[in-house]
Amino acid sequence: MTRVVIDPVTRIEGHLRIEVEVNDHKVTDAWSSGTMFRGIELVLRGRDPREAWIWAQRICGVCTTVHALASVRAVENALGVEIPENARIVRDIIAAAQNVQDHIIHFYHLHALDWVDVISALKADPAKTAQLAQSISDWPKCSAVYFKAVQNRVKTLADSRQLSLFGSGDWGHPAYRLPPEANLLAVAHYIEALELQREFIRIQAVLGGKNPHPQTYLMGGMATTMDGSEPDAVINPERITLLNELVSNAQTFVRQVYLPDVLAIAGFYPEWFQYGAGIGNYMTYGDYSGDSTKSASGFSFPRGIVLGRDLSAVLPLDPNNVTEYVTRSWYEYPDGDMGAKHPAQGVTDPKYSGPKPPYEFLKTDEKYSWLKSPRYNDKPMEVGPLARTLVAYASGNQQVKLLVDSKLAKLKLPASALFSTLGRVAARALEADIMVSRLSDWVAQLDDNISHGDVRLHNGDKWSPNSWPKSAQGFGFHEAPRGSLGHWVEIEDKKIANYQVVAPSTWNAGPRDAQAQRGPYEAALLDTPIANPERPLEVLRTVHSFDPCLACAVHVVRANGVANDKRR
Amino acid sequence: MHAMTHQHSLAPSSGLESMIPVDKSVLELCRSRGISRRRFLEFCTAVTTTLALPSSYAEVIATALSQKKKPVLVWLEFQDCAGNTESMLRTSHPTVEDLVLESFSWEYHETIMAAYGKAAESALQRVVREEKGRYIVVVEGAIPTADGGVYCTIGGRTALDIAQEVCGSAAAIIAVGACAWDGGLVRSGPNPTGALGLQGAVPGLHVVNLPGCPHNSANIAAVLVHYLTFGEMPALDPLNRPLFAYGDIIHDQCERRAHYDAGRFAEEWDDEGARKGWCLYKMGCKGPEANLNCPTVQWNGGTSWPVKAGHGCIACASPRFWDTKSPFYDRLPHPAGFGVDVTVSEIGWTVVGAVAVATAAHGITSIVRDRLHSNAETTKIREKPGPTEEQ
Repeated sequence: MTRVVIDPVTRIEGHLRIEVEVNDHKVTDAWSSGTMFRGIELVLRGRDPREAWIWAQRICGVCTTVHALASVRAVENALGVEIPENARIVRDIIAAAQNVQDHIIHFYHLHALDWVDVISALKADPAKTAQLAQSISDWPKCSAVYFKAVQNRVKTLADSRQLSLFGSGDWGHPAYRLPPEANLLAVAHYIEALELQREFIRIQAVLGGKNPHPQTYLMGGMATTMDGSEPDAVINPERITLLNELVSNAQTFVRQVYLPDVLAIAGFYPEWFQYGAGIGNYMTYGDYSGDSTKSASGFSFPRGIVLGRDLSAVLPLDPNNVTEYVTRSWYEYPDGDMGAKHPAQGVTDPKYSGPKPPYEFLKTDEKYSWLKSPRYNDKPMEVGPLARTLVAYASGNQQVKLLVDSKLAKLKLPASALFSTLGRVAARALEADIMVSRLSDWVAQLDDNISHGDVRLHNGDKWSPNSWPKSAQGFGFHEAPRGSLGHWVEIEDKKIANYQVVAPSTWNAGPRDAQAQRGPYEAALLDTPIANPERPLEVLRTVHSFDPCLACAVHVVRANGVANDKRR
Repeated sequence: MHAMTHQHSLAPSSGLESMIPVDKSVLELCRSRGISRRRFLEFCTAVTTTLALPSSYAEVIATALSQKKKPVLVWLEFQDCAGNTESMLRTSHPTVEDLVLESFSWEYHETIMAAYGKAAESALQRVVREEKGRYIVVVEGAIPTADGGVYCTIGGRTALDIAQEVCGSAAAIIAVGACAWDGGLVRSGPNPTGALGLQGAVPGLHVVNLPGCPHNSANIAAVLVHYLTFGEMPALDPLNRPLFAYGDIIHDQCERRAHYDAGRFAEEWDDEGARKGWCLYKMGCKGPEANLNCPTVQWNGGTSWPVKAGHGCIACASPRFWDTKSPFYDRLPHPAGFGVDVTVSEIGWTVVGAVAVATAAHGITSIVRDRLHSNAETTKIREKPGPTEEQ
């Protein structure tokens, strides 16, 4: 038996440590630990609720904007503020752009190097790479000359012995299966995707002033004024043209590069459609084209739960059933650590009891993480693009069903293959495809509204704190790139009294609970084959397939709140 | 204050020549991967603009870059949100792909590096050991100092332990974002983890600060190119921020300034004034108390910036801004422009001048410094210092 430690887990956001037990080249147990805590929580207390989103947004700069959105929704929910249609559309565009960009960055820059051997690309015949590229896509950058130039670029790095970001990779590891030609193709697209992500996210600069951390939300709407005849209005016909161009370029990239690459690479790793399923429970709050605090029926991405890998039924979701444990987390509950608490009654009282640094191993039979363990009806849940895709699929959403079935058919796989490491990767790419086409719909709606003189973007009825009740409570949900995000707020005397967040990666990366049920990462790692315990690349594949975001995951908001009846 | 020691933060220019020898110069590297001299010069021109150098310097920078070898860079992340990493990934001059693959040997950066676990730790150790005194370190995020540093560990070591070791052997240190500068959001309020910025947590370091939440990638690109070109960091203000980026007040550079002077304000969100792009002062904009070059370089390849997009500035590059600039929607008490414009020397912060004088003038660098120096003399600083800085 060998204890294998990966710390830092790189190519993620934040500080994640994975310890696994390896027996006979197989993972037999796993522990997921968040090793950083900021305690931002207390600073939100006493602040003006209208600026809560500015603070909350800083929970994460990778999934930037998602906490701003959930936060502004929570405050609007608490104070009963309706936002104009245009504001909803602008928010959806900002969020969907985040989703698509995040998915592209995840695949190429955070995950691909688990499957792609950069150095092997040096052995490729560029002409054969060109053939491969042309056989899977119409993407114009597909000539032998082009791939030769990319290969030269890698060769220059390798020859200089300054491989930069590619230094000390697992190159030559037996788990790499792509032929050199496919590796070269992927390296070319890694570089192209760096350019694409930078260009595409200009959408958030247009509508948010900057990225990361766009700055145009307002309680009651958006600050991005619209006017067809005012050249200095933020959203004007010229800017609409730019938005359309950026969306169109991204759509082409998703359809001609991202999706074909995922399918091509997955084709070389069919066994990874069997590994890494884990918990098998999938949850989503639902989102887009609706007010997520109200009826979930209008969502493009429906709300619900798929339990025990059963695609024949979608169970309804009641946010009241969300609780969190700290049994194995470095926190204390005042009434003992065996019970769970609803976020509205949550307590975040840090109490480190791990080994004194520097340390070699965590005390994994005790408390071992800064993450709490969220549960739904006492069950661990996986959240994220796969959960959203499965819930939509099981709900009978035709667009999702058609896309999933047709793409999996290319790999000769049934829908149940999605319960896996590569299932997560595929679901993310399919979601990007759907999301980017919705983006162009929403930009068109905005354009249409401008041309009809419908330019309202803000509802100022409740802007003045004098119009607020003495106390108010609310919640806001958002389906962020990595999954279901919830913010809970309590307002007293015009100030924030309590604030609570349960983030996607808390669901996925959290530790065991009072019943010793493993979290989704931990469960997914069981039975992972390990060729070489010194280079546990295979562990990384499954962990990365979740797209970890640890800054989000570590419980950032303290609330010693009281239960309230307004929350369902 | 560490202000009087600024001149020491300038790395010796001999450092670069002794970097790891590479076979080809940067320009040859460009050619070898099909990048034309023209495109290369375009990039140099863009950086020259950001740095506020005379345009003739484009050629100087191009020449310098083409002769320098690749310096090693490591990027450390502590109590962060990775927003500064993401911001860096958006750089267009030079492009991010050039920056992380070719302009530097980017050897440690957890968010994007290939290596993981032990191999990643070894990569960092190798740099500290073999590149001692020659590498650049970028730090992102605050550093927790309470309870033995248990609030941030990497590979079982505390952030403080790693920062001390890695920064202690570096040729140059850049703190990106508000958190690495003065602790930022992590330090605000009751600060349960005892978080500090880098220069507070590791006293005695000579740090170039690029505050902002996050910092703007145009500025780190310019700083890095300046370092590549001149072998030293650009001139700094009393808070160790580069003057080219932090020397001017947002309000003075703002595209809505004419409306302010003419008394045209947005009075409510989404009103006629807001749609016409009038001044956001009455909506709480902190531009009059903020020093940064957002209005001129803008964000995301010059696409926009918050005030252009309709929302007030939150002065995110000002000292302890979370504590000193919130509430963000309250109107500033003293209308800027009607208040007192204080120059650097009037305040008594003479350090900017000291940097220029104390640095040996030789070759082109002296021209650069003279230009920045004369800029500094007239720089208006209206920012109030934050709460007492760490000792």
